[in-house]
Parts: sequence; C-alpha cells; structure tokens
Amino acid sequence: MIFELIPSALRMATPLGFAALGGIYSERAGVINLALEGIMLIGAFGYIVGAQGSGSTWIGLLVGISCGLAMALLHAVATVTFQAEQVVTGIGINILALGITEYLSPPPEQVGGLPHWQLPLIGSYSFIVYLLPVLMVASHILLFKTPWGLRLRAAGESTEALAALSLSRAKWQYLGILLSGLLAGAGGCFLASEVHYFTKGMTAGRGYLALAAVIFGNWRPLSGVSACFLFGFATALELTNRWNIPGQLLHSLPYILTMVVLVGFVGTSRPPASLGKMKS
Amino acid sequence: MNIRKSFISLLRGRTSQSRKFFLSCIPPLLAIFGFFLSCGIVVHIRGQDALEFYSIILSSGFASFDEFGYVLFNATPLIFTGLAVAIGYKSGLFNIGCEGQLYVAAFAAAWIGMHLKLPAFLLIPLCIGSAMMAGGVWGAVPGLLKAKYGAHEVINTIMMNFIAFALMNYLVTSVYQEQGQMIPQTPQIHETARIPRLASFAPFLPESNPLNASFLIACGCVALSYIFLTYTRWGYELRLVGNAQDVAAYGGINPRTVTVWVMALSGAVAGLAGVAEVMGYRYRYLDSFSAGWGFTGIAVALLGRNNPFGILAAAVLFGLLNKIALDIDILLGIPRGLFLAGQGMLIIWLVSIEGISRKTERRINS
Repeated sequence: MIFELIPSALRMATPLGFAALGGIYSERAGVINLALEGIMLIGAFGYIVGAQGSGSTWIGLLVGISCGLAMALLHAVATVTFQAEQVVTGIGINILALGITEYLSPPPEQVGGLPHWQLPLIGSYSFIVYLLPVLMVASHILLFKTPWGLRLRAAGESTEALAALSLSRAKWQYLGILLSGLLAGAGGCFLASEVHYFTKGMTAGRGYLALAAVIFGNWRPLSGVSACFLFGFATALELTNRWNIPGQLLHSLPYILTMVVLVGFVGTSRPPASLGKMKS
Repeated sequence: MNIRKSFISLLRGRTSQSRKFFLSCIPPLLAIFGFFLSCGIVVHIRGQDALEFYSIILSSGFASFDEFGYVLFNATPLIFTGLAVAIGYKSGLFNIGCEGQLYVAAFAAAWIGMHLKLPAFLLIPLCIGSAMMAGGVWGAVPGLLKAKYGAHEVINTIMMNFIAFALMNYLVTSVYQEQGQMIPQTPQIHETARIPRLASFAPFLPESNPLNASFLIACGCVALSYIFLTYTRWGYELRLVGNAQDVAAYGGINPRTVTVWVMALSGAVAGLAGVAEVMGYRYRYLDSFSAGWGFTGIAVALLGRNNPFGILAAAVLFGLLNKIALDIDILLGIPRGLFLAGQGMLIIWLVSIEGISRKTERRINS
C-alpha cells in the first residue's frame, strides 16, 4: 500500500524539495524568500518556452533556471541593495511572475520530459529526482561543515561576526538569494517537465508550501527536504484516496501539520537570528 | 510675545508636517507614472499604437457614470482588504491571510443568507455579523498562536489561507453545491439578504451597473478606521504596540492581548470583502471567486501609506487599473497579464523606494 504511493509521492516532493533547499539558502543568509512561488512559476514557464523554442529539453532546463535566477536577482536587488520590505517584495514578485507568464503564455504544445534513469528496485524517474537527495546532503555539508557555510549563516545570524571578519553581508545575501533562484527555478523546471504543458499559475502554492517545509525542518536541509517528502506523501494520499476522505481535507493536512509544528516545537524551532532584519 | 512665538512655532511645525506629507506622496506617484510609462513602452513594442492605448486609459474609467461605477465596484473589496492589512501593519503585524479570511467570511454570509428566512433589517446585519465573526476567527488563530507561542503570523496566515481554500472548496463542491449545476457554487441567498444595488436609487446609473451599497459600507469603514486608529484608546494601544512594544508593556498594555484582537479585527474587516461579493454582487458563494484581493490589499495598504483615506484612494486606483486591464483586453486585445505583471512591478518599486528613503533617513540621522 505504502509502496504504491512512493512514485507519486516522489514526484510531488521533488519540486518542493528543490524550492525548500533554495529557501534554506536564502533564509540562512537572513532574507525571507516568499518569492519562491514566483521563481518556481517562471522556472516552469522558462522550461516550456525554452524547450518549445529549441526542441531540446536541456535548453529548456537552462532557460528555466536562468529565468529563476533573474527573478531571484530582482528580489536580491530590492531587498538587499534597496532594503525593501522582504515579505512585500516576495509577494510583488509572485504577482509579477503570474502576470508575465499569463501575458506571454506559451502555446499549448506538448513538451518532452527530462531523461529518466532506470534504477533497480526503485524504478524509473527523471534524473532530477535522484539529484535531490544528493543536493540535500551536499547542502547540509556545505552549510554546516565548511567555512563557506559558516559565513553564509553568519549573514543571517550575526552581522557583527561578519563585520569583524570584514566580510560584506550584502554579498553573502546576494549569494543566498541567487542560490534559491537556481534551485527553485530547477524545481519549477521539473514540475513543467512532468506535466509537459504550461498552465496558468501551475505551481498552485507549491512555493509557499516549500517555505512551510523550510520552517517545518527548522531551516536545515536534511529535515527540510524530509518535510517535503512528508508533504509529498500527504498529496499522494489525496490522489489515491481510497478511504473516501474528502481530498481537500487531506490536501490541507501539510498546512495543519506545519501550524502544529510551529506551535509544538517552538523551543527547538529557531529562525536565523537576523532573518528579515534590515541593516542595523 | 510668548503666544506669538508659540503660534509661529505651531505654524512652522504645521508647514513642515504638510511638507513632509507632500514629499511622502511623491514616490508613490512616481511609481504609478513609471508604471503607465512602461506599459506604454510594452504596447509600442507589441507594434500597437501607444497613443490609442493612453486614450483608452484616460477614457476607460471616467467616460460615464456607468464606467466610474465599475471602477468603484472593483475598488470595494480592495478597500476592505487594504484596511485590514493596514490595521495589522499599524501594530506591527503582517496579515497575509486576507484571502483566506474573506473566503471564510463570504461562505458564512452565504450560509446564513441561504438558510435563514428573515426580514431584511434582521437578516442583513446577521449575515454581515456572522461573516465578520468568521473572518475574525480565521484571523485570530494566527494572532493567538503568535501571542501564545511566538509562531510567526506570516507563515500561519499563509497556512490558514490554504486551509480556507481547501475547506471552502470541499464545502462548496461536496456539501452545499447547487443541485444540477456543474459550477462549484451554492444556491442563491434569499432576496432579503441582498445588499441593494445603487442603480436602484441613482437614476444616473444604468440597471446593469453592479455598484452596490457595500461600497458605502466600505466608505463608512474608512472613516471609522480613521477615527478608531487616531482617536480611541484601542487605536492608541494598537499603534503603541506597533511602534514601541516595550513602552506599551511599561504603560500597562499587554502586547499579546493586543496582537490577538488586532488580528481578529483585521480578519473581520477583510471578511467584509467577502460580504461585498456574496451579498452585494453574486448573491451566492462561488468557489475561488476572489481575484487575489487579499494580496492586492497589501499593495493597496502600502500605496495608501496605511492611512485609511490613502487606502480609499489607492483602492480606487487599483479598481481603475482593473477596469483598464479589462478594456484594453477587449479593445486592443492586450492580455490582462500585462497589467498583472505591471502591478507586481509597481509593488516592488514602491517597497524599494520606501526602503531607499528609510536608508537615506538613517544615514542623515547618524
């Protein structure tokens, strides 16, 4: 029974996982990234447009990721350079992405998926699916075991420490946000590659859910991505739905879980100390 | 002599205040100007006549009472959501949950309006009251979680949005869907639960114009919010908690209590946007009827600088933008997405301008 769910759970969890990893980089550097939703959407859009234009899904992936990076750059310029309110900027970017993709909506031509790899016991999935656990572990090592990660985290925790090392907080924040653009953009590409079409607002709140996973996972890659798998399972349950539980109620399960976790684990759930704070 | 001196200083203080106000109006106006300019450039790039585009823009909202009625009709829900965001913002709370709150409230109004058969003078207040209550509860939950457990209201209001979408979708497709209909909507509410259209009083509005008395309620809310925030004890407490929480606590105000009731109030006001839709326009609950009003409300509050009258103006502007978007779609074939993208860009510009001005202010002060 559980095994039947795994394929769809993995497919649901992968775009979330990528966006969540992106969110972790950005938030660890101290910038709230509500723009994940818009970045994913524009990434999915870029994939479809790129693949339609060139006939190659690889070009599609490249275009999608570049679009995600461009959106993230906008977020970075507004929030870091101009010190704009981060939450509002994020919402602005989401509306912008929705508008751009609606305005330039690509023709409803089917686009190929990304190459699938067949693995014994597990099955055949897009290579992006296999990339996620690798990136998850790599991000953990990068963030918590290397000086590089220490500096990125210092941008979100203690500005003074960075200043003492005479490092620029802005530079690290740019880096964190751009990484989130790269990853969330790739997540959007995966989503589009599985659906094969672009539809209006196709991310349908996945960016917000990814952000919830970031918080759920206490801003750590391993637990953040695990939260995405949990959400993926909840969504897969909704799709199979064999107990006649209304799908919509199952659908809201990840959100309720997040709220419960936020309340119950408040002792252990601690955001980066200067998350969302402007320059002091 | 003393009196004269103090009078002069008062006058000076006044002038600098009004000068400050005018100066603070310049950035948003610049942003709007830039918005229209860049839209014109895009239209030109599309190979269409930018001048025709501008003439449509100018005539779109003001050619007749009918057109202007549509603008005000579009503005109505945004006035409510803008006020809701501003009320939260003034006490340092960020309510992104207006979208969910207005859905829950709309459903509550529709449910009461469908099930109770009462005369209008009882049913209308009852519907509005229950809608505000539902929206208030939806807003109070994140407030309570913040006050009691320190859970961030931004995340929790977003979560409550999704829960509301799912729950309402369930109710309207599985429990209360109108019989024999494919559209996910409830049956109509009773005649006595409907807020009258202004066309039935005002001879200059054609019968078809959807502008209704909920716009007057919205105007009333603007005035009430202003009085509430500026002149009442609660408004003072709310602002004090937003500006200086330690001072508030020292003065005997419990910031946690304030957090809870502010979020509840904000949710209740956001809920009125749902009332306007269900009781004033559609006379039923239609699934996912809101065109992102809760989120646009953030932009409205921002543009209106969190001042109730500013919000009224900003909401009318956004109502006008939506009207224009529709007109250029019909007349020039330019998809609505262009204006949506423009709105997003406008929001980013506005916050950026505000960020820069805060930055320079800090530099001057230090």
